[in-house]
Amino acid sequence: MKRDLKLRDVAVLGVGHTKFGRSPEKSLMDLFGEAALEAIRASNIEKERIEAVFVGQHVGELTDGVSNFAPFAAAEIGLAGVPAVRTEGACASSSVAFREAYLLVATGVYDVVLVGGVERLLSAGTALGTRALATSADGVYEFNAGLTFPGIFAMAAILYSQKYGIPLDELREKMAHVSIKNHKYGALNPKAQFYKKYGDLKVEDVLNSRMIAYPLTLLDCCPMTDGAAAVVLAEASIAEKHVDKPIYVLGAGLSSAGGIYRQRDVTVPMSRVRSCKMAFEQAGLTPEDVDVVELHDCFTIAEIIASEAMGFFEFGEGADAVAEGKTKIGGKVAINPSGGLIGKGHPVGATGVSQIYAIVKQLRNEMEPRELQVHNAKIGMTDTLGGDFGTICNIILSTERRGEA
Amino acid sequence: MGKLTFKAYFDALREGKLLGLKCKACGKVTCPPMSVCQECGADELEVVEMKNSGVIKTFTVIHVAPAGLENEAPYVVCEVETDDGPWLVGRLDIKPEEASIELVGRRVTITGQELPPERHYPDKERRVVPLFKLS
Repeated sequence: MKRDLKLRDVAVLGVGHTKFGRSPEKSLMDLFGEAALEAIRASNIEKERIEAVFVGQHVGELTDGVSNFAPFAAAEIGLAGVPAVRTEGACASSSVAFREAYLLVATGVYDVVLVGGVERLLSAGTALGTRALATSADGVYEFNAGLTFPGIFAMAAILYSQKYGIPLDELREKMAHVSIKNHKYGALNPKAQFYKKYGDLKVEDVLNSRMIAYPLTLLDCCPMTDGAAAVVLAEASIAEKHVDKPIYVLGAGLSSAGGIYRQRDVTVPMSRVRSCKMAFEQAGLTPEDVDVVELHDCFTIAEIIASEAMGFFEFGEGADAVAEGKTKIGGKVAINPSGGLIGKGHPVGATGVSQIYAIVKQLRNEMEPRELQVHNAKIGMTDTLGGDFGTICNIILSTERRGEA
Repeated sequence: MGKLTFKAYFDALREGKLLGLKCKACGKVTCPPMSVCQECGADELEVVEMKNSGVIKTFTVIHVAPAGLENEAPYVVCEVETDDGPWLVGRLDIKPEEASIELVGRRVTITGQELPPERHYPDKERRVVPLFKLS
């Protein structure tokens, strides 16, 4: 992006979020409508002010026989006629939607837009869900061998173990702490798929659960999930007229990469390093400034790799950091206090906006229950990974407008 | 499209030939094929036969397979660094229960195995998978 581009301040108004989990009775559109209307109502703004709709949606074609989702989504909420765009960046689909929408408001194309995301993977069943997700790896040279997403991150765990000289059994125990922490928070979050479940896991529970892709067990993996999330974004002065606590967008990074065999050392995903650099530079901030993070813990090892590449810990130190409690609420940096993908669930197309929802609640000091609130959180950040590090998107949010440069 | 289509690449692999694209600018080899050199981005490439050997960098045992491949599980997938440089994803020809961390660093030979096609896979006739055999 051009460094001298003049960007208007942009803020989040209302946010909406369905209960994540199994929703066989609700279509993709039912879920989207529920989240979108909640976001619009919470924005205290006339619906007619919304000039465009952006929707992140990954595999509706395979799970629900649905494509061309965006125009139907706009019509569903009474906005037929506005430009409506679907973005597809695998698990980062709605983060990409959010960033594109943010840039179009920041550059003055629109003043008010709606961004949402939706997916139905749990209702699709494990085999179809696994196949659908596998489309976001390299469909020819990775899929042909039968590589799945748990498999991709299982191979990343072995690379991590080899690179840093951490025996695999020891690494698996440290990885288990990601699952224990995120399930603990997810069990407290009423929006989470695993609300009131798995809140008191032990290391042995994670190590001994069913093997999915060696060395990752079921409890190393996020679940398949049905769900939707949505937010309204507007130019900052408009946002300030409609809500008491606008949450400002300070930075939005996006980067890309080819298959894992081209990237080779995925313990240092360059797409994430570049995306975070872009976001931090736009925001004029560093990792030390961030109070609360919702990052892409699709698997336990994925949280560790992300916590390093985002700059919160040195490379090779992320596994110890989680095992030592540095990523808990009250630790050096609170990571995934919503429960993350592991505890809250992962309705792929909705995940990016669900992360935004969680950070907005934190920065407004409105996180429920209160034990999930990060004390005095002012700056928050999201990280969403699509495919095998093919798409990485990072958003930095703040209680304050961008500082005068 | 580069000089080597995915179909031509896999047809050769099924015959035991590992083909790559040698860059006329930097001399490095790209494999599997793509439109430009995977190292320097130049687009003057020539098809070459690569050495069919390499080293295992990482692996996994897939216990839960995607729809369409359920009958193949459990199976071992690994990444191999070929002796010409590029990394490949493929199947390792061992029993899943024999897989352990000791596999990392082992040398393998590279060939192709034909498996049943899958409805969403781009080649509707056949699916050829790199097959690695321990040396």
